[in-house]
Order: sequence, then structure tokens, then C-alpha cells
Amino acid sequence: MSDLKDRILKIYPDATFNEGDTLQVNVDEKDWLQFATGLKEKLGFDVLTAVVGMDWKETIGVVYYLTCTSRDWEVLSVKVVCASRDNAYIHSVSGLWKVANFQEREVYDMFGIKFIGHPDMRRFFLRNDWVGHPLRKDYDANPALNPIRLEDEKNEDDTRTYSLDADGKVVETPGKVFEDDEYVVNIGPQHPSTHGVMRFRASLDGEVVKKVDVVSGYIHRGIEKLSEGLGYPQILHFTDRMDYMSAHQNRHCLCLCIEKALGIEVPRRAKVIRTMMDELMRISSHLLSFGCTAMDLGATTAFFYGFREREQVLDIFEKTCGARMSMNYNVIGGVIADLHPDFQKDVKELLRIMPSRLKEYHTVFSGNLIAQNRLKGVGHLSKEDVINYDITGPSGRGSNWSCDCRKKHPYGVYDEVEFDEVLLDGCDSYARYMVRMKEIEQSCRILEQLVDNIPEGEIRAQVPKIVKLPAGSWYQQVEASRGTFGVYIESTGEKTPYRVHFQSPCFNLVGVMDLTCSGYMIADLITIGAALDFVIPDIDR
Amino acid sequence: MFDFGKWTSAFNEWLLGSGMADWLAVLIECVIIAVMILGVYTVLALFYILYERKLCAWFQCRLGPMRVGRWGLLQVFADMFKILIKELICLKGTDRFLFKLAPYLVITSSVVMLACLPWGNGLQIIDWNIGIFFVLAVSSVGVLGILLAGWSSNNKYTLIGAMRSGAQMVSYEISLGLAIMTIVVLAGTMDISQLVAEQADAWFLFKGHIPAIIAFIIYVIAATAETNRGPFDLPEAEHELTAGYHTEYSGIHFGFFYLAEYLNLFIVSGIASLMFLGGWMPLHVPGWEGFNHVMDFIPSPVWFILKAFFISFIIIWFKWTFPRVRIDQLLSFEWKYLMPFALANLLLMTVFVALGWHF
Amino acid sequence: MGVDHIKSMTREDFKNNDYIDRLVEELNSTGANVMVGKFDDLINWGVSNSLWPLCFGTSCCAIEFMSLGAARYDMARFGFEVARNSPRQADYVMVQGTIVHRMAPVMRRLYEQLAEPKYVIACGGCAVSGGPFKNSYCVVPGVDKILPVDVFIPGCPPRPEAMFYGLMQLQRKIKVQKFFGGVNRKEKIEEFFAEHPEERGQIG
Repeated sequence: MSDLKDRILKIYPDATFNEGDTLQVNVDEKDWLQFATGLKEKLGFDVLTAVVGMDWKETIGVVYYLTCTSRDWEVLSVKVVCASRDNAYIHSVSGLWKVANFQEREVYDMFGIKFIGHPDMRRFFLRNDWVGHPLRKDYDANPALNPIRLEDEKNEDDTRTYSLDADGKVVETPGKVFEDDEYVVNIGPQHPSTHGVMRFRASLDGEVVKKVDVVSGYIHRGIEKLSEGLGYPQILHFTDRMDYMSAHQNRHCLCLCIEKALGIEVPRRAKVIRTMMDELMRISSHLLSFGCTAMDLGATTAFFYGFREREQVLDIFEKTCGARMSMNYNVIGGVIADLHPDFQKDVKELLRIMPSRLKEYHTVFSGNLIAQNRLKGVGHLSKEDVINYDITGPSGRGSNWSCDCRKKHPYGVYDEVEFDEVLLDGCDSYARYMVRMKEIEQSCRILEQLVDNIPEGEIRAQVPKIVKLPAGSWYQQVEASRGTFGVYIESTGEKTPYRVHFQSPCFNLVGVMDLTCSGYMIADLITIGAALDFVIPDIDR
Repeated sequence: MFDFGKWTSAFNEWLLGSGMADWLAVLIECVIIAVMILGVYTVLALFYILYERKLCAWFQCRLGPMRVGRWGLLQVFADMFKILIKELICLKGTDRFLFKLAPYLVITSSVVMLACLPWGNGLQIIDWNIGIFFVLAVSSVGVLGILLAGWSSNNKYTLIGAMRSGAQMVSYEISLGLAIMTIVVLAGTMDISQLVAEQADAWFLFKGHIPAIIAFIIYVIAATAETNRGPFDLPEAEHELTAGYHTEYSGIHFGFFYLAEYLNLFIVSGIASLMFLGGWMPLHVPGWEGFNHVMDFIPSPVWFILKAFFISFIIIWFKWTFPRVRIDQLLSFEWKYLMPFALANLLLMTVFVALGWHF
Repeated sequence: MGVDHIKSMTREDFKNNDYIDRLVEELNSTGANVMVGKFDDLINWGVSNSLWPLCFGTSCCAIEFMSLGAARYDMARFGFEVARNSPRQADYVMVQGTIVHRMAPVMRRLYEQLAEPKYVIACGGCAVSGGPFKNSYCVVPGVDKILPVDVFIPGCPPRPEAMFYGLMQLQRKIKVQKFFGGVNRKEKIEEFFAEHPEERGQIG
């Protein structure tokens, strides 16, 4: 860590450091852009992992999490504080890390921090006539200010960029998202292939997509704000409802983060159970993804085959957790209930049938010439793009980027089991799809190793009745079904968190839609969406 | 084989001999035929809807409609009553005349085609010397309906759907026509009743062997595309264009599109059975007298309908197995592969016929 | 009345939820006008057995709805499987998931785009009341704030069986819909034109 400090001091001698969970650098707003450039180009921090808006009551700012993939996935946190609270602005880093584009829009939406030089500073989640910025501590929650409006939003095409003039004042320049004569087709919010209520506005030239504008927020439920008013055990259930196809993994992540802050050691039995549940969840998620990809491409029957096996996984969940979805199984310190006596038998049965069923999927769908023609070469994403946009998970690994959190920062018992990180270099939708299918095999492999080796013992560590985290901030990542899921918690020592931020993988996946879809046909937009496999409530939170 | 022609001509003579004016007799006959055709149309379409729903359920390890009536047999009637009372929505900004005309165009074209089919021995409504040519011509009117529907709805999805459908239908009609022409070359006639009569000893699929089988395959592919069914269901492309060209249609207007889709499936299957599988002719194997005699006992309409159902089954099987193709793949498949093949095949057939290499 | 039984589900299976029947009996006994002809029965039989859903889901409940359509639960058995993507052709919208402020006008519009007769099912805790997100700044606390809801299905997400039960409740409701103000489109149109005289002749 001191080595990293030295390197940072070399490019930014004024740096001050905060010790904690990860090394944090304090940076002045005016130096931020230059420092960020140095971090990326000189120190090799090529991934912008998270952008967390923060309101510290007196001051307001942003905490960035950066990862250096070349140096053993070293993580650095940077704290940038705005000069003033009322006219808050920070320089945008969306030119350096493309992933910042949407992340900064989210921060603008929630905190009102203007990003200087950001090409498209619109609200991201809330209506564009929304009053106030909800995550600010001085937000006026009076419902009369923001009643349920039943009229459509006006001026959807208006955007703006901010810049600083010579006196250091923020200047607004209006702009347009689409030209007046463009043929803009609205895909969503109610559309069968957006996998939820996502809205893409695609500008077409004949059948060819020229530009895609992502309009999000149709299921923004304000989970981060809600979490600030609830105790730690109470916020756990939100994670199951964000990416409901990675419910176990997301909840696992939040539990890990809280356990890290509390310094609780989870019993080994619980760790193994958590790992197994994560992998079962991954299988169920990839099966759904297989089905939906097939259905979006028009092969309806394959969808039913995927769901047939998924039901079997859900049966395992139901017996142990008591629910088919939204399992609410992980708790702080372990898991809520012991395994059902049939668990091992059921898992073995699943493992027995899976290889033949996978073969069947390949016969029915992946081996089909039409399916291959639809998927291959569609939605090209180079490895550089993937890193720049921080596309983790199967989509990133389809572009040959080794980004599996289970290998990079092992948690649970992933460091004890053998499995391969599936990497394909197709860089197209077919590669992304095939990574998922191969990951099912790897998940089965992990389960095979664990199913007969579940140790006896406690399922839950002793946890204080009232969970209070010490003051400080923590960041934890796990590998969810769709990529790296991160949780940021900042605590002031109260029963409730001061700020919780969820860094969801799907958020980055939609960020890449414009890049991937441009130049392809409208049917390919659906294919690309299906192969990226985003879950909308995970984006909107 | 029982000749239904006896009944019809007897009825005709009785009507003419009953002392009424000729025009009245013809009018009465026309009305009776129209009612029968509409009846058959409705029953067939409803049957086909159930047929497909049951079939796709079985492909997908499901049961399909089970609760309404025994084995779900009454399901389609429930759907029919429901769709009859659904509200008809006509939007502001649409071309109201064309919007309302489009479903009728689609359904009219399929009713007219239905009238041309040889239902059985002596059971045919329109029979003239350019029969099959007429069928091809009428089938194009349906495309017009789809184009109008997409255009008049004033909706971007429908417009894309209609344009796709236009490009698709115009392209695949060529292969369809060429495949049919191949058989016409073999038969030497376009008259539907004669086409059937020619196949009394052996079906064209066997008579013309290699080129006929190739033509059959080309026909089935092109017919799948002509009926907008998967993997060529781009005009509707549910997962891209919500419901394609009929997105804005509700109630019975949508019902017409829905019925016409299924009826067109029957019609293309019927034409396939007419052109390749002997129409209503029973399966005859030269030399097997006993077998042929037994086959003759099965009434001719049953033969025709069963053959059509069989070909429909294949087309439905396509739909529930294959993913949808993309528009550029669809067009390049037609223009680069299917049509040249069909042309070469036509040439091949001509050579076969000229040299007498067929049976 | 048409509610003696819903095919293959016996009266006992309804447990204590026969309030619709009781309501009908009450109306009969107090002499409310019962003019349900055989034709009406036929129509209601058709409508209740041919409920085509609008594909609309915002979150977890939508996945359970997909399970409902998949092989194990197979809603096709009841004839519910013809899921339409165009609201014009659907009969009911099952609101699966949270409705937030940004979605509210879209939801409302979707409802208005449905052709009569149309029904709304609020499926899952979020659609019923806002569920776990009730206190949020931008969540509509129950979809009944913006749409008339026919059936509520609680659960988070409801099991497919619960969804079946909710759909069957809707079927029972449809079978007695004359009592509850069934389709009276004409009147609504007249009301609309009374409010917006300039639209007359524009909409057909």
C-alpha cells in the first residue's frame, strides 16, 4: 500500500491519504482531471469501478473507486470534494473512462453535482421535471413538490453541457439528442425484448440503427435513499429485488461488506452454503438468459427448455429458503436457515441431468445455423472497449477480458475450489452467449466439488442484536450472474448507514448500447440486448 | 372414387328445371356457395388456431388449452366470442379509409384463394384454364392489405413491419411462382382440375422425381415466407416490432389478420398438396390393386384436407424450432440462393420433360 | 348464473372467497334488476375464458409470470397464453412490479390503449401497495392510485399458483360483470365528447 502511495505522490505531490478499507486519496476539485489522467495513463488504473456521489452535510462530492488490472487488481479510492455546496461542480472524467458517462449522470440526478465537460448532462433516473435531488441530505421530501404526474415528460430531446468560463463560472450550453429530421423509433418502456421497462430511442436509417439513446428510470425505486432510513438487517432484502436473477450473490455481497465492517468471521458451513447457493443462482440466471436470448431471436421452444431446468433449481431454493424468488436467505453472519435434508440429493440430480440438457440446448438453439448467423459478428466490443466501459461478467469475458471477481478477489470458498474462468475472444454476441453456456458447466463443476463436502457446524455467527457499523467506509465486490456487483457503505457509527451505494453490473451494460448497436440493424439491437442480458431493476435500483 | 360432381350437377339441374329464371338460380347457387365457403373458412381457421396451439404446446413439453371444453376444444370459440365484442379502435391521425379497408383486403384474398382449391372429386368452385396462375395473382392482393395496414396506422412499428413484408413477399413470390411453374411444365396445364387428374396414377412428387422434390422443398420454404410464419415472420417480429403491421388493430379487425394468417397457412398447404401430393387423389401405388382399392374408399375431401394438415404440420414445426432470420439474411437467402436454384430447377425440369425422363 | 363453477375448479377450492357469489345473491334478493340473458352469458363465457395478457412486467413478478407460461405451470391450459405485445389486442394488463413516477404516465397510457373490455390485475406487493418501496420518494403506492384495479394478487413475488388464483378470480368477476357495470363504451364516449367537443369527428 505504501508503494502505491509513493507512486501517487509522484504524479500528485499534494495528495493526502485516508487509511481505511481501501487506500483513499483526497484530491482538490481543480486538480482532479489532471490527476485522473495521470492515474489512467501513468499508473495504469484502467477501470473506473464505481462513482459514488456523497453528501457530507457541510460539503458535497464524489468518491471514485478505480482498479488497476495490470497490478493484481489493486483498488484505489479517490475522494473529490466540490468547492461549493449550492453550485456544486466537478470535472467530468467521461473522456477518460467511458463508463463515467452514465455514472456521472446518475450522480447529477441524485446530488445535483454538475459535471464540467460531460457531453450530455440530463437526468438519468427521475423525470426531467423533478424538483430537487433526492440523495442530498437537504432534499425536501414533501410529496406536494413531486406529485404523481400523469402527463408525459416534455422536451425529451433537450440536453445540455456545462463548461467553465474564464472567471470560473459554470456556463450552460443547450443541445439536442436527436436532430429534427431523424427517424427515431421508441423501443420501450413496454416492449417484449427490453427485459423490463428500459427505453431505447433508436434513430434509424432504413433498418440500420444510427444512434441509441438510453432512457432509464422507469423502475427507479430509490433503494439507496430508502436504505439510509433503515437498519442494516433491514436493507438486506432490497438486494434480492435489484437483480432478482442474482439475488443470492447480491445479498452475499452486502452481507460480506457488513461483516467486513463488523469484523465477523462467518462459519465455514455458512461459507460453503453461500457459495453453493451463488452457483445455483448463476445456473438459474444463465438458464433464463439462454431462454430469453432464444425467445428474443424467435426460437420460442428453446425458452421452454431453459425454463424446464430452471424450475428444478427453483425447487432446490424453495425447499431450503422457502421461496422461489426473492429468497432472503443470506443474513449478516451466515445464512438464515439450515439446508433442507433433500438438498444434496436434489443438487446431485441437477448435476446429473445438466450435461445432457446442455447438449440439448446446443442442438436446439446454439447449433442452429440461423441462430449462429444472428449472433455471430453482431455487436462487436473490443477488449479495450470492454475495459473502458467496465463491462464485467460474461459479457466482458466474451471479449477475452479476464475479470472474474471470484478469481481476482476470492470470497466464500472460491479460493478452495477448482474452476476455470471462461474466456472467449469472439467479442460478439455469440461469444457472450457461449460464455454463459460454458459458465453453467463451470458452476456445475464447483457444485460437484462442494456437494459432498459441506462441513458440519454453525450456519450463523453470533451477531449483536443491533448492528452498528463503526464510522468509516467499505467497498465490497462479488461476481454476480451478470458481472461485478459492488456495495459501498459509509457509516457514521449509527444503526442506519449514512450512505449505501450499489454498483450494479447491468448499469454499465446499458452504457454500451449506443456503441454496440450503431451500424447494426434493428433486429440486431434486440440480439445485442439479449446477449448482454441486462436486468432493468438492477440498473435503476 | 365418389364424384361429388354428380350431386352438384343434379342440384343445378333441379334448380334450373324448377321453373325459376336462370339468373335467380345462379344467384341462389352463388349465395349457397358463399355461405358454405365462409362456413368452411371459419371452421378451418378456428381449427387451425387450436391445431397450432396444441402442436406448439407439445413441442414445448406443455399441454396447451385443456380447460375450456374437453381437451380445450372450445377454447377457440371462447376466443372468437371475445374478439367479436372487443372494441374497435381507430386512432386520430390514421388514414381511416385505408385503415379499415386493409383487414378486409387480406381476408378477401384468402377467401378467394380458398375457393380455387380442389376440395374433392367434383368439389371445386372456381375452375378455369389458368387456375393456378389466378391463385398466385390473388395471393398478391393480401400483401397489399398488409402494406396498407402498416402505412395507414401512422405508427413507426407498423410501417417498418409493412415495408419488411413488402420486400419479403415480393421476393419470395418469385421462388414460389418458379416452384409452381416447374410442376406446370411437368403437367402441361394450369387448370386445377386437370392438374389433379394428371396425378391419378402417381403424384407429381414421384412422377417428376428429382426436380419435383427440389421444387417441393423450394415451395415449402417460399410458402413459409409467404405466410409470414417463422423463421420468416419478420413483418410481425413480435420481439422487435411488438406486433408488426397489425400493432394498432384491435377487435375483429385484428381477428381478420389473425384468421387470415392461419387460413393462408391452410391455403399454401392446400396448394402444395395440389401441386405435389396429388390434390384429393388417393395414394396409389402402381401394381398394388388391393391397396389402391382400399385407398379409394377414403373420401376425396379427407385426402385433400389430411395432406394439407400434414404440410401445415411441417410449416408449424419450422416456426417452433427455428429462430427468426434478419431482414438482410432473408433477402440474400432468396436472391442469392433460393431463386437461382429455383430457376436452375425449372431448367432441369424442362430438360427432363423434353427428354421424357419422368414417369 | 355463470359462476356455479369455473371449469375444473370445484366450489370447495374457492374456500371463503365466494364473496362475489354472495354479493350477487344479495343483489338478487333485494330485487336488483337481473337481466342477464343467455347471450350475455355466452359473451361472458367467451371473455372469461379467453383472457389474453399484455406482456408487461417491470420486475421480479414478470419472471414469475414467465414461469407461469412455461411448461410446469402452463397457463395455456386456461387459454391465457396468447400474450399480446400490442395493448390493442390484449384483454388485461397484469401490473407486475413497482410503478414509479416516471412510469406512471406510461402505465396510464397503456391502460388507455387497451381495447374494451379491459381489466387490470395488480400483481405483487409493489403493484398492490408499493410493497417494500412504499416509502420511497418516487414510487406510486399501489397501482390503484392511477388505474382501476380488478384483482389484487399479493406476494413478493406471488407464486404462479397465486397468479392462477388471481386470474380465476378475474374470470369469476367477468362472469357476473353485468352487475358491476360491464362494457358500456358508448356512454363513456359520449361523456368524453361532452368534455372535449372539439374531438368529435376526429376519433372513430
